[in-house]
This record gives sequence, C-alpha cells and structure tokens, in this order.
Amino acid sequence: MSALLEATDLRRHYQVRAGSGLFTAKATLRAVDGVSLTLAPGRTLGLVGESGCGKSTTGKLVLGLVPPSAGTVRYRGEALPAVGTPVWRALRRRIQMVYQDPLGALDRRLPVGRQIEEPLAIHEQTTPAERRDRALAAMNNVGLQPHQYDRYPHELSGGQRQRVVLARALMTGPDLLVCDEPISALDVSIQAQVVNLLLDLQEQLGIAYLFISHDLKVVRQVSHDVAVMYLGRIVEQGEAESLFAAPAHPYTRALVSAIPTIGPRRERLLLQGDPPNPVNVPSGCAFHTRCPFATPQCRAETPTLQPMANGRLVACHRVHEPALQVAA
Amino acid sequence: MSAPLVALRGLTVDFENGGRMSRAVDGVDLEIAPGEALGIVGESGSGKSVTWLAALGLLPAKARVAGSVRLEKQELIGVPARVLEDVRGKRIAMIFQDPSSCLNPVHRIGWQLVEALRLHRGLHGKAAEAEALRLLDQVGIADARRRLQDYPHLLSGGLNQRVMIAMALAGQPDLLVADEPTTALDATIQAQILALLGSTRRDTGMALILISHDLGVVAENVDRVAVMYAGRLVEEAPGTDLFGAARHPYTQGLLAALPSLIGPRRRLAAIPGTVPDPWNVPAGCRFAPRCPVAEMRCTNVPPPARSVGFRHVATCHRQVEAGYSVWSLPQALPQAAE
Repeated sequence: MSALLEATDLRRHYQVRAGSGLFTAKATLRAVDGVSLTLAPGRTLGLVGESGCGKSTTGKLVLGLVPPSAGTVRYRGEALPAVGTPVWRALRRRIQMVYQDPLGALDRRLPVGRQIEEPLAIHEQTTPAERRDRALAAMNNVGLQPHQYDRYPHELSGGQRQRVVLARALMTGPDLLVCDEPISALDVSIQAQVVNLLLDLQEQLGIAYLFISHDLKVVRQVSHDVAVMYLGRIVEQGEAESLFAAPAHPYTRALVSAIPTIGPRRERLLLQGDPPNPVNVPSGCAFHTRCPFATPQCRAETPTLQPMANGRLVACHRVHEPALQVAA
Repeated sequence: MSAPLVALRGLTVDFENGGRMSRAVDGVDLEIAPGEALGIVGESGSGKSVTWLAALGLLPAKARVAGSVRLEKQELIGVPARVLEDVRGKRIAMIFQDPSSCLNPVHRIGWQLVEALRLHRGLHGKAAEAEALRLLDQVGIADARRRLQDYPHLLSGGLNQRVMIAMALAGQPDLLVADEPTTALDATIQAQILALLGSTRRDTGMALILISHDLGVVAENVDRVAVMYAGRLVEEAPGTDLFGAARHPYTQGLLAALPSLIGPRRRLAAIPGTVPDPWNVPAGCRFAPRCPVAEMRCTNVPPPARSVGFRHVATCHRQVEAGYSVWSLPQALPQAAE
C-alpha cells in the first residue's frame, strides 16, 4: 500500500537566547530533531510523549504550518508545495487540523453553522443554499442536530463544540486529519463520545488520522500504530496493542507503567527527575540522564531507530540485552 | 470504627449568579476517619472541589454555605474567621492543581516555607530554616539548601508541587486535601508526586482527600471513593468495591467510558448527553435524563441514599444488581481484529 503521508528526517530548530542578563549566548532549541514517519490511507498513527517532546510541532510540520529546518514531507508521493501557493491551498482541502480547545478554534461571534460552511466558501464555487445543505449533512454526520446550525459557540457544550470543529474539518472531504489533543479538554463521559465518533468517521469515510496526545489510553484506543517521542526524537514505534503490552524502550516502559489504571497493581518503573531542557539536550541518548540502564556508551553515542524481530522500531543501545528485559 | 476526623452533614453551597441562584453542592454527607485516604471523583461542575473549599471557608462571600462540617468536635460552618485560621494549615491543609499560581512569584521558596512555619508552628530563625530544609528533604527535593534560595519560576511544575506539599506539611496537618494535584503534570512526574503523597501519608499518619477526575489516579491511591454528579453524592464505597462492582448507573457509565491500557480494545460505552447546568437541574435524580434505566419516579423524586453492601452506599431508585452493568458493553472494535 502506498503511503498517504511520508515525512523524512524532519527537523525544526529554533534560535533562542539562553541564560539571563545582557550577555546572553545564542542557543538552538531542537524542538524536532530527525523525525520520520509514514501514514497509510485510512489508518491512524498515534504520536505520544510528554510536554515539550515536539509532538505538536511535528503535527504542524506535517501540515506545512511551520516550515521545517530540514527534511521533507511527501503527500501521496509528492513533496508539499510552498506555503501560500494555489497548489498548497488546494492540498490543504485534503489535510485538516483539529486542536485541543474548540472554543479557541471557533469564532464566538458567528453561528456555528456559518463556520462549518466557511471552508466551502474558500475552497469551492458553491451557492449559499448548497453550502447550507452540505453543512447540515456534515452536522448530521458528527451527531449534531439541525437546530444547532444557528447556535453560537458559547451556547454549546465542550463536546458539541468539538463536534462542530470536526464537522468543519470534514467539509472539504479531507483524507488526513491532524488531531492535536482533540479530547484532552473534555470530561471523561464526553471523551468517550468523541473517541467513538472519530472511529466511526474513519470507518465511513476512510480518513487517516495523525493523532497527537499525551493520554496513552486514548491513543491506544484509536491508533493502529504508535510513535513515542522524547526530546524531539522518536524513541519507539510499532503496532499499538503490542507496544503498550510490551514496551521495549526504557522510556516507553516508564511512560506506560506511570499510567494509573483501575485493576491489579502493576510494577512501576519510577523515573528520577524531570525531562531535561530541550535547549540543552544531553549528549548521546537524550534519555540517559533518567534511564536506570544507561551505560557510558549511552552517554556518548546517539542510538538510531533499529527494527526488532517483531517489526518494532526502537532507538536504544541496550534493548537487545536479555538482562535489560529481566530488569523490567 | 474510630470516630470520624471530619464529618460533613447536609452540606449545601449556593452561588448567586446574575440574579439567579444555582446550587453547586446539594446535601452532601461524608465522613473521613483519621489516617484514611478518601478519593472524590466527578466531572467538571460536579461540586467535588467546591465541597472542600466550602468546608474550609475558602469560597467568596457571594457563596452561601449551609449544613454542618465538623472537625472532631469543632463546627466549622458559620464560625468566626479566627477559628478557621487555627484550622487551615494546622489541622487541614490543601494543595491545588496549579502549584505555580499558589506560590508567591516574588519571594524565594525558603522565605515562603519559613513564613508557613512561623504561622503554623511558631518557629523562627535557625530553627525555622532547619525545619524548612528538612521538609524539602522529606518531599524528595535534591540539593535542598540551594533550592531554598530559588524563586518559583526557576523550578519545574513537578518541583513546585513538591514545594507546595512541603508547605502543606509545615503545619503537620491531620488532613491534606489534594485537589487535582497532578492534573497539570506529565505522566512520569505524576507518578512521582503520587508516590510521594502515599509515602508521606504512611510516614505521618495524616488523612488524605484526593480529588480527581482521573479514575485511575483515584483507584491506585485511596482506600475509599465517593463519586459526585451535579452537586450530589451518587455512590460511596471502598475502592475495590467501587471499581469492581459499581452499583450506580453513573459510576458504571464512567467506568465503561474509560479506555483501558491492557487487554483487547472494545468500543467505549459513551454516556449520552451532557451534565446539566447548575441553574437548571432535573427535579428528581440529576442523572435521570442520561440514565438508560431511568423510570418515572427517577425524573420526579430525588433518590434516597441506600446501603447496598458493606460501607457501600448508592443514591439510586433502581437497585441495580451487583455484577450487572446498565451499559451493555458492545463487542470488540473491528480494527482490533486485524
């Protein structure tokens, strides 16, 4: 199957000033530092990691919202055109984005129906009546009632607003949706509604999702494949269920074991300290400062993603050592 | 069973909002024993935080609090501020979701800790400084002596929450109320802070109230759980009973709506509809409009709190059998079969 989206060695570096006072040194913040990923049509790739790991920046790079410092993004085999060109505009119909805060993504002074129509006014030659019909159809698709067409965002609940954002994103018939923490601002009972909706839409419309979230349980629920990021790099990538059942990278293991669950207690790999500042990424494997298994080699050499026997990709020098697996 | 440390009886909180009254907490009865860990679960607007802010007299003047909150023999509702000042920090301490907004940004950590020690324990000078150092050590802050000189903005979210816990421990309280203490933190840091709260409780013997929207966090860290919905207590039970054999349809719905981290993936059972607005709550059971087994009386008559097992109370007209869920769990996801 050919890839819908293929990102190769994406990098995004920012020049920042480190330290305080008059004589500050220039430093480079490596928000994303060599990320490659592929996404097939109709599939979901989950991108997980803690705050500051570069998962949101990766999403923006994929859309072209942030220009990469290096690396390429290919959509259906073709390089992403320059931002702002007519070709890029036409392409943006096919790739849409959904953010965490639906209230921030909506215009508070416009009825939601008008906002759902707006992509059509931008991208297609349509009459107002046509637009209204298609907006109502999209609202029906995401479980909104026709009478809510004339409502303003503040008159809807958080879950309904996120449905509005989804309906709007679906108007131009995208085949890729980049979802950045789409349900993190919602209550538990509403989260389940939106998760089910996303899965239903994928089944009906064959949309692919790049699903960015810090919530591992939700990512596991929606994703076919999962990539785990730490300080701008992917440290582990593989099929969702097996990755969460048997994480291989020490960071993934710590992350998975840190998730509080209902039911029998699990062994917890408790990490020491905080993630390092991304301006000052440790040498070698960036995780070595918190890794209980780090060796001198980990401090010196940066591990690359290597395939394991089960097809999993892992960036760890010690992952093949039996002793490491026993220590878990 | 020992006498309760804190007992709430018929606690109600009303807010006046643009001329209309809305009831945020509606008749909550709850007890916590000395040294016990109690979890309070609920979605936004359930009144889980307001209950404890009201108990400590921390709500703004426009809130009207009625009912009774007793700390051992001492009534806390309607008493002069002086009495509450002797309770807050010394007997009952509270920590919040966002530690950096609770710390004073223009004072050093050490100064703020010493201030708390002076207020609550009457410690001064060297003695206060030594105790501040010991507290930072106790909450697992490395290089404590240097950290005393730091300002809050120099510390990460996890470190600031440790400082808040140290400050709460400064008064050697009998009860710590932790309101979403780890919600703003990353998963690996959350695990550190929860482990710290657990070990601190074992070492000091204080009681803990853990308020959280995250059922997993509550399940792992408390003995007993109370579930709130739209200002009322709907179910209360020991943790294993609540998570293993919930009897209220809302609790069952929350559990069925939760994706799991292990086992086969199944479609989530989503509770339909949304939480009612506080100024427009249903007359009978507040969950009735969303409940799959609601009857006529559920819509009209508020349900009584019923004992359904050992220390297990459910506020529901329908006596749902143990081991039976009102949310039929649908089959596995099609994608899981691939």
